[in-house]
Amino acid sequence: MEKMLAWIDARFPLTALWESQWGKYIAPKNFNFWYYFGSLAAFVLVIQIVTGIVLTMNYKPDAQKAFESVEYIMRDVEWGWLIRYMHSTGASMFFVVVYLHMYRGLIYGSYRKPRELTWILGCLIYLALMAEAFFGYLLPWGQMSYWGAQVIVNLFATIPLIGEDLALWIRGDYTISDITLNRFFAFHVIALPLVLLGLVVAHLMALHETGSNNPDGVQIKEQPIDPKTGLPLDGIYSHPYYTIKDIVGVIVFLAVFSVIMFFMPEMGGYFIEANNFIPADPLKTPVHIAPVWYFTPYYAMLRAVPSYFGTQVWGVIVMGLAVVIFFPLPWLDRSKVRSIRSRGMLYKSWVAIFVVSFLILGYLGVVPITVWGQFGEGVPLVGGVDRATVAARVFTALYFAFFVLMPWYTAIDKTRPEPTRVTS
Amino acid sequence: MDMKTVRSPRAAAAILAAAAVLAASGPAAAAGGPDLRFERAPVHRLDDASLQRGARNFVNYCLNCHSAKYMRFNRLTDIGLTEDQIRDNLILGDAKLGDVMNVAMRPADAKAWFGVPPPDLSVESRVRGRDWLYNYFLGFYRDPASATGWNNLVFPNVGMPHVLWTLSGTTRLVTAEFADHQSAVGAAIASKGLALVEPIPGGRFAVRTVAADVPGSMTPVEYRGFVADLVNYMEYMGEPVRNKRINLGIVVLMFLGVLFFFAYWLKREYWKDVH
Repeated sequence: MEKMLAWIDARFPLTALWESQWGKYIAPKNFNFWYYFGSLAAFVLVIQIVTGIVLTMNYKPDAQKAFESVEYIMRDVEWGWLIRYMHSTGASMFFVVVYLHMYRGLIYGSYRKPRELTWILGCLIYLALMAEAFFGYLLPWGQMSYWGAQVIVNLFATIPLIGEDLALWIRGDYTISDITLNRFFAFHVIALPLVLLGLVVAHLMALHETGSNNPDGVQIKEQPIDPKTGLPLDGIYSHPYYTIKDIVGVIVFLAVFSVIMFFMPEMGGYFIEANNFIPADPLKTPVHIAPVWYFTPYYAMLRAVPSYFGTQVWGVIVMGLAVVIFFPLPWLDRSKVRSIRSRGMLYKSWVAIFVVSFLILGYLGVVPITVWGQFGEGVPLVGGVDRATVAARVFTALYFAFFVLMPWYTAIDKTRPEPTRVTS
Repeated sequence: MDMKTVRSPRAAAAILAAAAVLAASGPAAAAGGPDLRFERAPVHRLDDASLQRGARNFVNYCLNCHSAKYMRFNRLTDIGLTEDQIRDNLILGDAKLGDVMNVAMRPADAKAWFGVPPPDLSVESRVRGRDWLYNYFLGFYRDPASATGWNNLVFPNVGMPHVLWTLSGTTRLVTAEFADHQSAVGAAIASKGLALVEPIPGGRFAVRTVAADVPGSMTPVEYRGFVADLVNYMEYMGEPVRNKRINLGIVVLMFLGVLFFFAYWLKREYWKDVH
């Protein structure tokens, strides 16, 4: 065994790769609850790829057969139902863990120097994941698949001058059709998974280059070496310590995953929408088109922005900016400290405002715009306007304020100096 | 989860506060619009006798016009039927055991007769839900203004006539008017059945219910049982694997529980030397 390893190592850096990426990777010893979601995201990615490959063996990317082939998988393929539910539950759970993972990075300042590239690669993963989910959602060819894709592709049509041609180019047809389904299938099963995998590898390599942050924002690489262990004072080997800890996390996650998948696979219509059990019908528009839950904060923003100069493009721009604004975060934050634990009330308040805004926008994106009724006619400025629209505008503004005002409030926020040792 | 590692109460509090706001905003539904109140469908997924009666009702009354083209006859062994029983009692045409439940009526004829071809019912229960289906069959009433002579409280101006009318008897729409929303909703609740509350001109509210007229071959209780069996079957047909899924889920969770115990114990053993 050892001889074989030496043979390989002389020709390929197998041991070196394993040790630099995980085996001898030194991590802070004080990772908490929030640090499970990175490994869980990788775990869900594996679930999605494996179940996706098996689904592809029986799914037919053909407008005449797609819906039928999904029911065929659900009924006639051995264990097909399990694979399909794993994939549909996995899609939503992917976003659950990615949102929690991003939140972790946000509150502990994991995006700060020297981890800017890890953050940016992560943002790119998030973008690729959104595209992957969007393309995949068309494949079951139900009413929501069809009309959801219609709405999103029409967003591109709002761009002045080139919009209509751009939408035509994306669809490959004048409406969402068999041609569109075929190309979305290609993007979903090969193009974006390749991009995602590449980005994930780069994300992990960048992280393992700089070393991990931790809830105290302590840089263990700057600590003196413990003569007994040869490691930084607060460092431990990720293997076996975090290997075994992450396995515990995976088991708990699998339990949550199983409760959803086995007992409520539709998750009350949030993971699988009821209207998606009606085959796509280009002639019948559903009354209420709602995107899947993970897109709803952005959808709420899109609906909230009014049209000016006869075009809806402003909402599209706002929606795009809302995602892109994550990228410059490392340079918007001018605080002396990384972690929320060392920061003052000002920063904490803004994080709370941001989280509340994101969740309320997410809720408003699910429900019809009339959900809270209208303001009375006599009310100044907003008389007769839907209350939910006004709320969505306010929370959209707060969402952006969190980023735009960050250079100001992080600079004047009262911080405590970061500790030199972790407070385990 | 290792609870000792949850060490950021402030950050966690931020999320909790947000979740509370979100939960509070949930029930704030729009008041005053049309509001359909359902009778709960008395169905049980493990009641094989009910499912078998439902299958019989389905092939006798629905399958003449509606297909269930993703449902194979031999799948009905799921609900305790033998292949002989299926062949002798449920296959009415010359279909084979492994065939799906197709319909003889041609789509073009169907369109001419009903305006729209009757939809395939394989996964209808997953679109509508069991309570909707149950109340749909209770919601038919005589309406001389419609093409079929029937209308439906749950599905206004539906193209389908009340094919079960010989069983249920004829029914008529009853409308009561109320001055305010609250008393209208109160009356709807007091009716203990399917009721539609909707605003009408003059700021008043109407409560519409369906009442029996000429009795059919079944009593109202028998008819409800008939419909419940049918809906139970349709829910099974929408996802035949449901019972298997739930049973497997229980086994998987027990397995994960045992696995968690060992994994957590192992984790504690390893982490003993981390200080």
